[in-house]
Amino acid sequence: MPQRVYITGIGIISSIGNNAGSAFTSLVEEKSGIAGITLLDTSLKGKFPLAEVKMATAELLEAVGCSGKKNLTRTALLGMIAAREAIESAGIDDINEFRTGLISATTVGGMDRSENFYKEFLADQKKGHLIDIVNHDCGDSTERIADFLGITGFMTTISTACSSSANSIMFGAQLIKAGFIDRVVAGGTDSVTKFTLNGFNTLMILDKNDCRPFDENRAGLTLGEGAAYVVLESEEVVKSRNKNVLAELTGYGNANDAYHQTASSPEGTGAFLAMQKALHLSGLMPDDIDYINVHGTGTQNNDLSEGIATQNIFGEKMPPFSSTKSYTGHTLGAAGAVEAVIAVISINHGIIFPNLRFETPMKELSITPFTKVMKGVDVRNILSNSFGFGGNNSTLIISKTN
Amino acid sequence: MIPLYITGLGNISPQKTWDNNHFLDEVAGVETNYLRCLDPNYKEYVAGEMVRRMSRIIKMGVAAGKICLADAECTMPDAIITGTGLGCIEDTEKFLTNMIRNNEEFLTPTSFIQSTHNTVSAQIALLLKCHNYNFTYVHRGFSFESALLDSFIRINSGESGTILLGGLDELTPNTFTILQRLGHYKMKPVNNLDMLNDHTRGAIAGEGAAFFLLSANPGEKNYAKIEALDTFYKPISDSIPAYITEFLERSGKRLDEIDLVLMGISGDPANDKVYGDVRNHLFREKPQAWFKHLCGEYQTASSFGLWLAAMILKTGQVPDTTRLEGAKPGMPGNILIYNHYRNLDHSLILVSSV
Repeated sequence: MPQRVYITGIGIISSIGNNAGSAFTSLVEEKSGIAGITLLDTSLKGKFPLAEVKMATAELLEAVGCSGKKNLTRTALLGMIAAREAIESAGIDDINEFRTGLISATTVGGMDRSENFYKEFLADQKKGHLIDIVNHDCGDSTERIADFLGITGFMTTISTACSSSANSIMFGAQLIKAGFIDRVVAGGTDSVTKFTLNGFNTLMILDKNDCRPFDENRAGLTLGEGAAYVVLESEEVVKSRNKNVLAELTGYGNANDAYHQTASSPEGTGAFLAMQKALHLSGLMPDDIDYINVHGTGTQNNDLSEGIATQNIFGEKMPPFSSTKSYTGHTLGAAGAVEAVIAVISINHGIIFPNLRFETPMKELSITPFTKVMKGVDVRNILSNSFGFGGNNSTLIISKTN
Repeated sequence: MIPLYITGLGNISPQKTWDNNHFLDEVAGVETNYLRCLDPNYKEYVAGEMVRRMSRIIKMGVAAGKICLADAECTMPDAIITGTGLGCIEDTEKFLTNMIRNNEEFLTPTSFIQSTHNTVSAQIALLLKCHNYNFTYVHRGFSFESALLDSFIRINSGESGTILLGGLDELTPNTFTILQRLGHYKMKPVNNLDMLNDHTRGAIAGEGAAFFLLSANPGEKNYAKIEALDTFYKPISDSIPAYITEFLERSGKRLDEIDLVLMGISGDPANDKVYGDVRNHLFREKPQAWFKHLCGEYQTASSFGLWLAAMILKTGQVPDTTRLEGAKPGMPGNILIYNHYRNLDHSLILVSSV
């Protein structure tokens, strides 16, 4: 009998709040975190909205007691804050009491600082402050988080574009099931940067208005930033610690669309396979799923492809679904974990959160997302999708524990 | 743990390693501080039109992956798992440079699209039309090791029977300059074969793409089997010999069963100090070898080390150019690879003959 894997802690910082409590309030009050650009120094200001974490980097430094430290990137800081909350939420006092790992995802790493460095470096190769480039690589933020939390065990970083942190959670579960570690802090972190904002702009998939996932008139995604982590623990650790369990990770699936470097296949092959694998692993049938948190970026291509794949899996038994990216924007490498944390919140409060700004059903689909907060729902199983460039598609299933 | 059988290899490196019928028979010393990959004729592996659009790391990775699959006669692996420290840094720099120079205007998407770290594993999946498990790890000196650990777990859980595993990094002139300024790389060229006699700061820079076809079962052709792996972060130097001893115990091997120790000595005196205890005490009597004078230092250089171990075990030959002082090795049966990246991320890989 393979180990069961439990979620015992959550932590999140995003445009809808600096911790799980404030995220919950925003979600219930249908308050989106998307707004005009206030912090990012970009010439695209005024042209596109963003879902920024409403704290300047100096304030983030202060929040982790590192004011004045110059070697921490915004990506690392967001990760430190959310991972610390996850550990506190799990009631962990001694982090190394069990074999504890850290698996973090990021797509931009320290790019926010590299942008500054390169400005001077490109003009003169002897110039540019090295402190701005030393943390460029993705592994840096993970090591900073590990050092901050005192984690000395297994650690790694995953980067599979927008499915990165769903994959962190999946790999964490696999390590626990294999008996390689007992517990893992798994999730992801990404800050908004000019690099990503301009990148998505060249692809012409940024909505000039706040994103409208699954709407006929959707015009692209809204970029966001944030970090989110869950604490996963083995059955044995949960029993010995006698702490509250928030949910169980019952299924996960990873597949590749193998269609195009950025576009999703018209029939959503990879999405279909990821959902199918996750359902199979969990032993659940489609009608056991009470809510789907779709990837739902708001781009023409994703929502159509995902919609068709989802219809093909669920047929007539389509459960309520929504894209919470209508609240948080698309947090890229953090998105899978952000949505996993929202799923845990839903299960524990019996509330599912709507797809904001939805007006017109897509003409190719027979399904529409729900648009108002639904309370008093018995949420037993949630399926959550995260799909990325390179056809990297992942699905998680998070369930209520008995 | 079920061992992983290596049934195919594909390696593009600063040496002529892409032809598996040859084994380091043309190694020559060069005066350099930057070992760049030798290029095979990429058009043999990727359609001409596609080659032109690909950055160097994509070409290297896709070609090495295809060589490996052909070598193992595998058309569809059950998983594609790669590790890369810096990912597609050339495309990243290109987009960043254009963005800064043009003040966020007149940008084109190609380099942005190809800048994501998972581009190579995605491109291989795309070429094969492979819908299976696909993962990319990006953690400095643990990047390749994480991909290998994932492979262990998938094969041991029965989820995958065959896995295409790769470790890859590319170096660009800009990245070289930056890391040189940070003291990671030597300021002046040295002879790579003689770099241990140079005591200047920094390593010789390097790059490469090494792919392995791993199988739960022995294949037609087997290079070696990987028996165990472990990683440890920022260890206290004194604790390393004890850690290695404990790793071998856990893996069911006695110290005296290790026939060859293959080390990631990089030529950077400060970081190589760590190997001192291992070389002079724990394995003093053992044949010792090294590999970074052939591939240079980079985050996923341990993949070159694993390639070397696999070739040694297959051919029974320890090339003279890889030997350090110590007893002359016979026909090695068990090789321990001990590597670290900048004394932060340390790893041990145990490889045996089939």
